[in-house]
Amino acid sequence: MLAARVVQDQGIHVEGVNFFTGFCVEGHTHAIRDRKHEKPKRNNALWVAEQLGIKLHIIDISEDYKDIVLHPRHGYGQNLNPCLDCKIFMVGQTLKLGLMDDLDFDFVLTGEVIGQRPKSQRRETMPIIAKESGANDRLLRPLCALNLPPTLPEREGWVDREQLFGFHGRNRKPQMELAKKFGFRDYAQPAGGCCFLTDETYSNKLRDLWGARGSRDYQLDDIMLLKIGRHIRPRPHFKLIIGREEGENRFLEGYRNQFTHLAVTNYPGPLALIDGNVTGTDTELAARIVARYSQGRSVDKLWVTVTSVTGVSQDIEVTPFAPYELEPSWHVGS
Amino acid sequence: MSDPSQEVMTVDARGLLCPLPVIRTQETIKQLSPGTILKVLATDPGSLEDIPAWCRVHGHTVLETRRERDNILLVLRV
Repeated sequence: MLAARVVQDQGIHVEGVNFFTGFCVEGHTHAIRDRKHEKPKRNNALWVAEQLGIKLHIIDISEDYKDIVLHPRHGYGQNLNPCLDCKIFMVGQTLKLGLMDDLDFDFVLTGEVIGQRPKSQRRETMPIIAKESGANDRLLRPLCALNLPPTLPEREGWVDREQLFGFHGRNRKPQMELAKKFGFRDYAQPAGGCCFLTDETYSNKLRDLWGARGSRDYQLDDIMLLKIGRHIRPRPHFKLIIGREEGENRFLEGYRNQFTHLAVTNYPGPLALIDGNVTGTDTELAARIVARYSQGRSVDKLWVTVTSVTGVSQDIEVTPFAPYELEPSWHVGS
Repeated sequence: MSDPSQEVMTVDARGLLCPLPVIRTQETIKQLSPGTILKVLATDPGSLEDIPAWCRVHGHTVLETRRERDNILLVLRV
């Protein structure tokens, strides 16, 4: 937001590009969770575009992004976050957008600041992103440009280098001061992760998925479901995805034709999906676990309806799991 | 409201979550001529905020928004 505004202030036409990877924290998660308790829903990128008065192109890269997640050339950060490869890819995709969509632009700008992020925003990584994305010296970082060699837009005089900044490090005070100067009262949470891959629990769930399936791969539905519910794997060959509140239950309902699903029949409770193949004793185990999360958790017996993907249902009577029966190691992600 | 003689196209984004309804709308609009009417069907309540916001920054007009329980309809003029 700041970087775009700095360049706009020099009379340059700026358009925004926002990428959908499937791992975005906002958006989906806001839409899924129980609507009563959420902040007003807004797409931050669109909101920023409106504040700046610029066009925003939202690009779905979720399919091509798999290769970045599965085979990052520069490795992962603390979790499964391939931040450096991600930046290289996104800058490269922006250039491609220029070629494919006839968007006529002269250079790409980002809001990167040297030293702000431990993996991808370091002095050593800045030239790597510029080179490997193909942007080379057409990649301008207005917020830390004074700490870097002049780029083509600066050398050509398209952008006045004197009006750019030399921010560095993790301290965001200078950015906040600049935001204040521009009159920005509301902006995305500083240092707030916007990608689930930086989240330890989420990364553990993704590793578990790969381990259980015996291959490092995923579909969009897989990574969406990792954002939702309690994931409990009582046996290596199946796990349960159990809704934690009304919004999640509603979201899981959309997957009833893809997964065997369970719900307690005679007490209020969650909807749960079974990811994997279950047999008779597994089904009972799954039903007892789901019953544990229903309002009938303390009764001796209750009924659980188990429905296959083809819609065939059976009701089974089970005893809900006692808290001590639920092994801590079954909770995926923790 | 839309002129009944105008060409009307439809995007079905039901079951998709933010920002996919916006992306589907954006991809469809790229192929349409100015003046075309586009109906967007969605279920994600975020669409009621995001699609009008996207239209505002791209200069398209929102003619109508309607929500009946989980079903959302937006009518846009390209």
